[in-house]
Amino acid sequence: MRLINIKPNRPLAVFLTLLPFALVFIAYAIGSDIRLTANPADKLLPAPSTVWDTAARLTTEGDRRSGRILFWYDTWASLKRLGLGIGISASVGLIIGLMIGLLPLVRSFLAQFVAVLSMIPPLALLPILFIVFGLGELSKVVLIVIGTLPFIIRDLSQRTLEVPQELLVKAQTLGASSWVITLRVALPLVMPRLIQAVRLSLGPAWLFLIAAEAIAADLGLGYRIFLVRRYLAMDVILTYVIWITLLAFVMDWALRRLSRWMFPWAEEGL
Amino acid sequence: MKNLLTMTAMALCLASAATAQEKTEFRVAWSIYVGWMPWGYLEESGIMDKWADQYGIDVEIVQINDYVESINQYTAGAFDGVTATNMDTLSIPSGGGVDTTALIVGDYSNGNDAVIIKGDGDLASLAGKPVNLVELSVSHYLLARALDSVGLAERDLAGVINTSDADMIAAFAADDVEAVVTWNPLVSSILEDPAATKLFDSADIPGEIVDLMVVNTETLEANPDFGKALAGAWYEVMGLMAAGDEEVLTAMAEASGTDLAGYQAQLASTEMFFDPADAVAFTSGAELPATMVNVAEFLFDKGILGEGAPSADFVGVEYPDGSITGDESNVTFRFDTTYMQMAADGAL
Repeated sequence: MRLINIKPNRPLAVFLTLLPFALVFIAYAIGSDIRLTANPADKLLPAPSTVWDTAARLTTEGDRRSGRILFWYDTWASLKRLGLGIGISASVGLIIGLMIGLLPLVRSFLAQFVAVLSMIPPLALLPILFIVFGLGELSKVVLIVIGTLPFIIRDLSQRTLEVPQELLVKAQTLGASSWVITLRVALPLVMPRLIQAVRLSLGPAWLFLIAAEAIAADLGLGYRIFLVRRYLAMDVILTYVIWITLLAFVMDWALRRLSRWMFPWAEEGL
Repeated sequence: MKNLLTMTAMALCLASAATAQEKTEFRVAWSIYVGWMPWGYLEESGIMDKWADQYGIDVEIVQINDYVESINQYTAGAFDGVTATNMDTLSIPSGGGVDTTALIVGDYSNGNDAVIIKGDGDLASLAGKPVNLVELSVSHYLLARALDSVGLAERDLAGVINTSDADMIAAFAADDVEAVVTWNPLVSSILEDPAATKLFDSADIPGEIVDLMVVNTETLEANPDFGKALAGAWYEVMGLMAAGDEEVLTAMAEASGTDLAGYQAQLASTEMFFDPADAVAFTSGAELPATMVNVAEFLFDKGILGEGAPSADFVGVEYPDGSITGDESNVTFRFDTTYMQMAADGAL
C-alpha cells in the first residue's frame, strides 16, 4: 500500500492532532523544570502549575488597586477595538470592492490608488495617527482599519471581477438595472469571499491591535502583555498569549461555521 | 522523540548560561541614556579592550536599543552585566532570583526625569488629569513621589496611560495628552514646546534614581578580573570626561543623537560620579538603604515584585558595610564598593 493512500482512522487522527500540542507542552515542562531546579525564583520559564495558578487568579481575583478583574476588562477592551476595526473594514471593503469590480468608472478612479495605498506599512503611520487622532480609542481602531481595509478591498474587487460576464449579460437581458445586478447577482457571489477575507485579515488585525495597545493604552490584552514585560512576569504573559490564541481560533472557527451555514454552496477548504 | 527532548532541554540549558565558572569572555549590555554613554565610548575607543587585555580577558560591550529588553536579556543569562537603574535591578533580575551586584554606581538623576504638563499649573492641578508615562518605570516612581509631596495619590488622577518612550514626544503633541512623565533626552525636546511646564523633577528627590552597571554576582566572584577591567576602563573615561575632553564628549553626544552643547546640558542634570571616591562615599552613605526601602515599597505596591513576593521585604539588599534591608535569607541585590575603591586607590 502506498503512503499516500494510508488514512488514519478516527482515534489515530485525534491522537495525531493532539500529539504536537503535547510535545510542545512536554518540552516546555522539561525546560522549565531544569531552570527552576537551578534557580527556584526563575521568571523566564514558570512551571505549568504556576501558569495555571496565575490564570486562575487573573480570571477570578480583582486588582489590588481598583478591585476590578482586569483580565475581563482587558478582553472586553481589546475585543471592542478589534470588532469595530474589522467591522468597519468589512463593510467599507465590501462596498468599495463591489464598486471597483462592477463599475469601470470607479475602477479607473480607485483601483490603482488602493493598490498603492495597500503598500504603505501601517505601523510606519503610527506616529502620524497618534498626532492626528490622539492617543485614545480612535487611533487604535483607525490603525486596524488601515491595516486590513486595503487587502479586503483588493480581494473583493478581484472576486467581483471574476463574476462570469455571462451572468451579468443574462441579468441585463432580463431587464435588471445596475443596482439590481449589484444586489441580486454580485453581492450573493462575493459574500462568502468577504467572510474568507475577514478570516484572513484577523491575523493582521490582532497584530495591529497589539501593536497599538503596546504603544499607548490603559487597558487591553496587548497593553497588559507589554506592561508586565517590564518585570518579566512570564506567567501572566503566557496566560494572555494562550487566551489570545484561543480567542482568535474561536473567531476563525465561528466565521467558518457562519460561512458554511449561510452559503453551503460555496464550500471551501481549510 | 527522546532525542528531541534531550536536545530541547540542552538548548534551554544553554540559554541559561549564567553559570559560575572561570571564563575569559564576557559580554555586557547597555542602552542609550546620558549617564551610560561612556559605555559606548569605551567599546568604540578601544579603552575597554586595553583594560581587558591587561587582565588577559575579553569584554564585549553591546548596545541594545530597548532598555527593558536589555535587562530581560541579562536576567535570562545572555549577558554578564547590564546598565540599569536601582529600581529596575531590584524588580527584574533580583526579583527573578538572579543574584546581582552593583559593580559601578555611575550617577544619579538630578533633574533628568521630569513631570511635565501642558499649560500653567502646579502639582495639585494634576488631580483629575490623565498622565502618560512608561508605566512601572522610574517615571512612574517619580510621579508617585511627586504626588506624595502634595498629598495626592495615583487614584486622584484620571489614570495613568502606559505610553512607549519612543512615542512620548509625538504623544505630547497629541490633543488629548495633558501631562507626561519621562526622562532625558525626551524631557529637553518636550520642554522646547512653549506650552510645556515642568512641575517636578528628580532634582527634587536627589539620589533616589541611581544608574548602575550591575553584573552577575557569581560570575564576578569567580572572575574578579572582570570587575577590575570594567572599573579600570570606566574610571579612565570618567577622568577624561571630568577634564572636559571635548573629543570624548562630542563622540558621546553624537552617539546619543545630540550635539556637544545638548549633551552637556543633559550632563548638568545628572550627578555623575567622575571620582570613584565620590561613588564609594555615596554607595556607603546612610541614604541609600532608606531609598531602597522606599523603592521596594513602591514596587510591591504596584505588584511589580511578582506573585512570589509576599511583602515588600521579599528581596534582600546588601550594602557595603554588610547591613541588609529586606529578607536576609534572600539577598539577591548587593551594593559592592570593592572595585570602585580599587579605582579610587589606583590599585587597578
